[in-house]
Amino acid sequence: MIRLLVIAIVMFGAAVAASADESRVPFPLVPKAKGEACVRDTDFMRTNHMELLLHQRDDTVHEGVRPEKTRLTACLDCHAVKGASGTPITYKDPKHFCRTCHDYAAVSIDCFSCHNSVPEKSEAARK
Amino acid sequence: MSNFEKAPTCETGPVNRRRFLSGLIGAGTLAVAPGVTLYKYAEAAVSSKVRWGMLIDTSKCKSGCTKCIDACATENGLTSKDRPRTDAQWIRKVDLRDSKTGRTQSLPVMCQHCAEPPCVDVCPTGASFKRADGIVLVDKHICIGCRYCMMACPYKARSFVHETLEDQKPHAPRGKGTVESCTMCVHRVDAGGRPACVEACEAAEHGAMVFGDLNDPKSEISKRLASYPSMAIRADLGLDPGVRYQGLGGGR
Repeated sequence: MIRLLVIAIVMFGAAVAASADESRVPFPLVPKAKGEACVRDTDFMRTNHMELLLHQRDDTVHEGVRPEKTRLTACLDCHAVKGASGTPITYKDPKHFCRTCHDYAAVSIDCFSCHNSVPEKSEAARK
Repeated sequence: MSNFEKAPTCETGPVNRRRFLSGLIGAGTLAVAPGVTLYKYAEAAVSSKVRWGMLIDTSKCKSGCTKCIDACATENGLTSKDRPRTDAQWIRKVDLRDSKTGRTQSLPVMCQHCAEPPCVDVCPTGASFKRADGIVLVDKHICIGCRYCMMACPYKARSFVHETLEDQKPHAPRGKGTVESCTMCVHRVDAGGRPACVEACEAAEHGAMVFGDLNDPKSEISKRLASYPSMAIRADLGLDPGVRYQGLGGGR
């Protein structure tokens, strides 16, 4: 009898959760990026962005290859999240684009211990 | 979990594969797989055909002038914590005085970008390396901060970052726990420019620094090296530095 009751409660709970949201799993709120398309499609980027970054870093540091689209600064240009003051927020803020997922997945990032986590101030000056 | 389930395999390979492919086919854009395009690799990559170097005319370098140091700090975001013992120093001015004659000389000293760099020899991880075009750099992704290179460098050219940094320049990433030194403004050189110190010296109308390709006999630096006596600091070590000095030494 108790077992039946437990099952009923669990099922009721599941029904309520399903009606409120399609999934019971909390997802990170990924901020929307600027521009139309990323360098690759979203699914690819979600799984493999670190491979692209690693590949790019070796090319840049050792071979001097500095492409416009696949550099880390280009990522930051599109994925910058503006804070309350209207300026892009740094990696210290949990709402930073990279942090939304990385906090969720409990994966730490080392990039921003050396690299700046906001776009260059004078974006126009670089172009 | 539908958003996270799809896991397409990464189609890009390590540097070596790219190098191999571009070597086979040569310059130009090349599509190796749907969605993967190799850009004009051979044109963008550094080449051992050039060797970047600098010639410093000590007779034109003014004692007390710190234009090159200031320009370096601004360009690379080298902020001082007001702690001279640990502040990063990529370029410094050295004043010399001949005790017999009283003749004084002033010269900037930075990473000498040796052809045979001792910092590269001693690096246990391969972080300290020489680019094909002769620029000696630290790959801070690999650097473990052991500081062997700082001990090996006879020019005292390298600094260790002791403290957490913020708001670095996008073209000059710097971080605590890594060693760094003059990069010969590699980001400018790759874009066809000259190092910030050279431009600042020229803007101050001193013109004591010349930057150029040591392998090109038609470049200004090569012409001047061919016409005037010049020397490398600690030439006795046989490191073949890319930075040469004119008018140094005097009586010797």
